Amino acid sequence: MSFTRWRTAVVFMCFWLGVCTSAQARTPTDTLVIAWSIDDMLTLDPAESFEFSAGEILGNSYQPLVGFDLNDVSKVFGVVAQSWSVSSDGKTFSFTIRPGLEFASGNPITAADAVYSLTRAVKLDKSPAFILTQFGLTPQNVDEKVRQTGEMTFEFETDKPHSPQLLLYCLTANVASVVDKKLVSSHERNSDLGYNWLKTNYAGSGPFKIRDWRANEVVVLERNENYQGPQTTLARVIYRHMPESSTQRLLLEKGDIDIARNLTADQIQAIKENADVSVQQGVKGAIYYLGLNQKNPYLAKPQVRQAIKHLIDYTVIADTLMKGKVSVHQAFLPKGMFGALELTPFSLDVEKAKTLLAEAGLADGFTVTMDTRNTAEATGIAQAIQKTMAMAGITVELIPGDGQQTLTKYRARRHDIYIGRWGPDYQDPHTNAETFARNPDNADNADSKTLAWRNAWEIPEMTAATDAAVLELDSQRREQMYLDLQEKQQQSSPFVIMFQEIEVIGTRSNVKGFVIGPSFSTNSFQSVTK
Amino acid sequence: MKARWPSTQAWLMSEQPSSGRQAALGRAYRAWVTLRANRLAMIGLTIVLLLIFVAIFANHLTSYSPTVGGDLRTERLLPPSLTHWMGTDEQSRDIFSRVVYGSRLTLMVVALVAIIATPIGLFVGTTAGYLGGWVDTILMRITDIFLAFPRLILALAFVAALGPGIENAIIAIAITSWPAYARLARAETLTIRDADYICAIRLQGAGPVRIIWGHVVPMCLSSVIVRVTLDMAGIILTAAGLGFLGLGAQPPAPEWGAMIASGRQFMLDFWWVATMPGLAILFVSLGFNLLGDGLRDVLDPKGLK
Amino acid sequence: MIWFRPCRWLLPLTRLVSNLAVTLLGLLLVTFLIGRVVPSDPVLAAVGDRASQSTYDKAFIELGLDKPIYEQFWIYIKTVASGDFGTSILTKKEIVDDIIRVFPATLELATVSILIGTLLGVPAGVLAAVKQGKLIDQVVRVIGLIGYSVPIFWLCLLGLLLFYAKLDWVAGPGRIDISFEYAVNPMTGLLLVDSAMQGQWDAFKNAFSHLILPASLLGYFSMAYISRMTRSFMLNELSQEYVTTARVKGVPEWRVIWCHALRNAAVPLVTVIALSYASLLEGSVLTETVFSWPGLGQYLTNSLQNSDMNAVLGATLLIGAIFIGLNQLSDALYSSLDPRVRKRL
Repeated sequence: MSFTRWRTAVVFMCFWLGVCTSAQARTPTDTLVIAWSIDDMLTLDPAESFEFSAGEILGNSYQPLVGFDLNDVSKVFGVVAQSWSVSSDGKTFSFTIRPGLEFASGNPITAADAVYSLTRAVKLDKSPAFILTQFGLTPQNVDEKVRQTGEMTFEFETDKPHSPQLLLYCLTANVASVVDKKLVSSHERNSDLGYNWLKTNYAGSGPFKIRDWRANEVVVLERNENYQGPQTTLARVIYRHMPESSTQRLLLEKGDIDIARNLTADQIQAIKENADVSVQQGVKGAIYYLGLNQKNPYLAKPQVRQAIKHLIDYTVIADTLMKGKVSVHQAFLPKGMFGALELTPFSLDVEKAKTLLAEAGLADGFTVTMDTRNTAEATGIAQAIQKTMAMAGITVELIPGDGQQTLTKYRARRHDIYIGRWGPDYQDPHTNAETFARNPDNADNADSKTLAWRNAWEIPEMTAATDAAVLELDSQRREQMYLDLQEKQQQSSPFVIMFQEIEVIGTRSNVKGFVIGPSFSTNSFQSVTK
Repeated sequence: MKARWPSTQAWLMSEQPSSGRQAALGRAYRAWVTLRANRLAMIGLTIVLLLIFVAIFANHLTSYSPTVGGDLRTERLLPPSLTHWMGTDEQSRDIFSRVVYGSRLTLMVVALVAIIATPIGLFVGTTAGYLGGWVDTILMRITDIFLAFPRLILALAFVAALGPGIENAIIAIAITSWPAYARLARAETLTIRDADYICAIRLQGAGPVRIIWGHVVPMCLSSVIVRVTLDMAGIILTAAGLGFLGLGAQPPAPEWGAMIASGRQFMLDFWWVATMPGLAILFVSLGFNLLGDGLRDVLDPKGLK
Repeated sequence: MIWFRPCRWLLPLTRLVSNLAVTLLGLLLVTFLIGRVVPSDPVLAAVGDRASQSTYDKAFIELGLDKPIYEQFWIYIKTVASGDFGTSILTKKEIVDDIIRVFPATLELATVSILIGTLLGVPAGVLAAVKQGKLIDQVVRVIGLIGYSVPIFWLCLLGLLLFYAKLDWVAGPGRIDISFEYAVNPMTGLLLVDSAMQGQWDAFKNAFSHLILPASLLGYFSMAYISRMTRSFMLNELSQEYVTTARVKGVPEWRVIWCHALRNAAVPLVTVIALSYASLLEGSVLTETVFSWPGLGQYLTNSLQNSDMNAVLGATLLIGAIFIGLNQLSDALYSSLDPRVRKRL
């Protein structure tokens, strides 16, 4: 039996080793460790990147031409750009670059870099390029429209006299970040404008530089010594990919990570008891909505659309399932954005819904499907909606799918109800108006697949109103136009807008200074101290 | 063991049965006696019968709805108590009734997979084993290709392709299950292919189809049944695994794997949401495994005691 | 007749290789077809939801989706044969590079798991066989039965909750602590091996404490099957005549069990262990999700959920090839260890 004893001893030794080595693994004081689900990251190139996690990482490592004050978004100031002016016809913008700035590589920032960054983004024509090409830029004409006029000056010519607000907000987006022309061009292969290199490398000037990206595993950022602004106290910031929210919570409570980003509403309530951990909130611009496909004969009836808006228990969902993670919001411009409507005319009213359905001749209700992404939030909200809709006789079948599958179906207009989350692409109201209130061509093979198109909503007048609003130069008149659009939408649209997202993060109590902005690219950890 | 009906028992245990039916019943009775002596197997049988009972009488065992929850404000995530034996989940639904109704889903998955996969496996295996030659090679090649995948991964790929849902999960699991049965049936067929009585039937002029279905298949049946019973636990676990990854039955259906998946974020403070369905899966798989072990000891003549 | 010798193994070898090739080809075909049936749009995964139609069309052509399906398959076979699995839509790297990066993590986990499973399972099985019918036999059998009746992901969650959260015996999810992130130079990708080779004993201990919990849970899983098979093989051996002879001769009981019976039972047991090793790949898919273990299982699940079909094909092909390889290896091992079977070849 000595054999067995020997083997048992080996096994015990293993466990003992394990016991001994589980020493307290606190994070180093000069490193910020963030646990987040970063499997959506596809690239590090600002001209191509469009995902949330990459947006935040690039927002902290690259600098745009202009920025806006998070507490008062109407205040726009220059970051890389020092000043700008608009020509009298409203179509040419001249920018002057701030002198004395440098990239992380040591190369000075000049107008050549700004022009290179913008033209490169248009020529590569990747997902976020539309933010710039909507000003009439094409890969063919961009070299002529965006031109360098001096060492530190350049001009940007648009096709129509858009509101200057719009252009400036668009230039705060990640796609317009300034990249290091010398560095990127030196890695160019086969005139790809450095595309293949910049996918996994860094060429920026922000407070942090990106040291390493291992997909679905980790992203490591380091302090940029050449940054001209106030130096951060952190030497390093590490994002660890952690898809499980309960794992994030465990590690946060033990101190193995500093910030947990994907905690659920219940976990947030539970960790509030823990003195070592604090909770931080910030209003985000993303909104949760239901899209009712007008191709479905039941949903096409206006009374049905309005009835459904009364068959959701907004406040209860916001107070229980999504406690602390959403606020009730029922207009397509999120709170905090210029022109946002704060009216919330809808609440759960089964009687009113039943009356409306009877008016539409559907007193006995009907059956309909809802495409739901299989995330915990979407599934939870969908099930709650399923319950309240059943009270008026509407039977909702949930069809689950992962993000890609449901999206494919949505874009092919093969859904009945789609539960979605829409985040703004830049800080101007046109980003959401353009998709909720604009449908220039309702044909099946139309080029522009706005959300209104995806739900087959034919709105020629609203489209014209949206187009007019983006060209309106007087900001008060512009604001009123957006308020009108939202009110009209609330009364007639196939969009049931339900909530606005609140980003909630759990942090160790000694971590202070993490800023949560309205979009992920405006989240900043530059001023974090531990 | 005292015989309650001594004359019936004597008739069943008779060494010289006078009809085919008496011989078959006698064999079944002897098998039953052996099984009854095996305590663990009886526990397994009890569990399986309990599962069937719960599935049939689900609506009498609980008054709560498994899919429609109560008031979100007051009844969410309640711990186990006298009113909610297993507590409530995040949509204020009674977990006990979800587990009970979930047994129907589990039973349906197991039964359908067994019904679909077993005939296919038997057909492929016996045909390949009996006919031999290039038929054997081709069929075994196909079988090997499917056996080359770990079952969960192949099922994952199929469900990802077909779309999530319990029907697709059943098809995917069935597709990944039949190869093992085919292999087993072929091995059995090979051992009896050259037996004397098979040759005798062939000499009498029976065609291959009659031989396969009339004589070969019944011989393979017992070991295949044992294998299927043992496999049922694996089928339940694979279905739960698919549900865990979000690819099986969809909310609000009370599928046990999906319940664990949606309950795992509450593990730390509301442990019952994920633990109860996990215990149910464990219990039921254990039952099938115990029963399968017992059946193997009884039905498989080469089996070890 | 020395020159006849090579022919003895040449024929079975060519048969083996052709078997392998045909099965692999079939594997490729099945996964390729699955990939093309997927109802989600791989172009969308590449360009995102808000791309314009022209961006979409460009990406469509770039991904080769405009060609007829058999042409796509033929192109795929050609590129795979040359060792190029294509580029992953998600990570933007060569899939071969991706797999080289993630595979060692799964390999490390599976290897340590099978070691634990064998070290625990074999003695348990022997014990159960020797004391057959007694209480210890029943206990071992039930522990084993629970092992393969339990849903592995549930067990992992409970294990994490108990051993990490409540008892603090082991380190948490992930392969190694953040502080050791750059301490170890990745030479083989196996953290334990690399850190030991470089003398980084702190990193070694840390990596080990991260590895021990998932490996033990997976090991329990395989231990269940191994102990059961050991028990049945041992029972078979112990009922043989040579055992009775040895006992009568006066050989000590432990020698009879361990040096004679087990040695003979080891022959089929080795094949069982090889097959368990392969099936651990299946268990790792779920375990890696719970433990945030950056291995092949997680890579496969991510790629499937994002319709990155090239990555799925590459990873599935690798797993399938390993499975086939281990099956063939276990067959070869069986025939080489058991002289009675060898003659049949």
